[in-house]
Amino acid sequence: MNGPLVPNEILTPEIGLVFALVAGLLFGFFLERAGFGSARKLTAMFYFRDFALLRVMFTAVVVGAVGLLLLGAVGRIDLSMLAIPGTYLWPQALGGLLIGLGFVVGGYCPGTAAVGAASGKLDALVFMIGIILGILGFAEIYPVIYDFAWSGGMGHETLPGLFGLPSWVIAMLIAGMALGLFWLAAVAQKFVTKGT
Amino acid sequence: MERDNPPAEKPAYWSAYVAGLAIGLTLILTYYVMGHGVGASGAYTQLAARMLETEAPEHAQTNIYLRRYLELGPLSQSWIVIEMLGVLLGGFLGALTARRFQFQIERGPKIGEVDRLLFALGGGISVGFGSRLAQGCTSGQALSGGAVLAVGSWLFTLAFFLGGYMFAWLVRREWQ
Repeated sequence: MNGPLVPNEILTPEIGLVFALVAGLLFGFFLERAGFGSARKLTAMFYFRDFALLRVMFTAVVVGAVGLLLLGAVGRIDLSMLAIPGTYLWPQALGGLLIGLGFVVGGYCPGTAAVGAASGKLDALVFMIGIILGILGFAEIYPVIYDFAWSGGMGHETLPGLFGLPSWVIAMLIAGMALGLFWLAAVAQKFVTKGT
Repeated sequence: MERDNPPAEKPAYWSAYVAGLAIGLTLILTYYVMGHGVGASGAYTQLAARMLETEAPEHAQTNIYLRRYLELGPLSQSWIVIEMLGVLLGGFLGALTARRFQFQIERGPKIGEVDRLLFALGGGISVGFGSRLAQGCTSGQALSGGAVLAVGSWLFTLAFFLGGYMFAWLVRREWQ
């Protein structure tokens, strides 16, 4: 069976909705096992104490990127059918900054807040209410910031397209960067733990 | 020799690499089945649109941002809403089976409960607003968009870590 299964009409959208529950279950369970129902565990890397967030995130992205490229190479999945998020440079840069700010202040992101709340954390539940309020606030001022919200558009650009390099080269460069960051994180953690 | 009966230990968190591998494989499976990755903030947006519709129907219909989400159909037919229900359930099962489920307000020793909740609310507001600006969050952009090597997703990831390090010092009393 060649993927993606639902867009290829091998599976119906209704089965896709059932799969949504399965995908969410796996995602939520693994996030919990990573320790990401805990705000202190999540924010610890910003104080150089525990880089689990960096390690989990980059391992997942590298496994995902390499896995998809391998499936594409052996013809099991049509990579051209995968949804590539559109690039809008300025709102995505500012949005990323705001999420980084909200993450160290509040302790979570939208996915991990759900895991935290499901682990009994009242602060995670309050964080989730905050997310809803932030979205409603955005919707209210959307007409005013409309031009900015869609600025720096580059279509569905990818790193291989931008740099003119094959996807597997980019994936290997990202994997190498991840290893470098893991090593730096270990050094920083050692340094900080020794100091306290 | 007296042998201490060790207290029932909570199972430790998984190694970050094992957890990352598991999440990466979940990501591959989701792309293989659906053609798109996982997400989170989109579900909150649909919920926000429905809440506004319930509280102020006319206002919701004239809101050009949330109106689009109301046109997507009922929450029960939304992929990302069902996926987030799965995340809640998966997180709950994970916490339960690891004996980590506990009602609490997680905070550092130097901050009170009310202050911690106010910080959580403020942080949530910033994340909610930022997720709409960035058209996704750490799930939809950093993980899913990152795995398909989208330019904007990698810019987002960079900005996310930069934002965290820029402001961490200001709120260090909340965690340490």
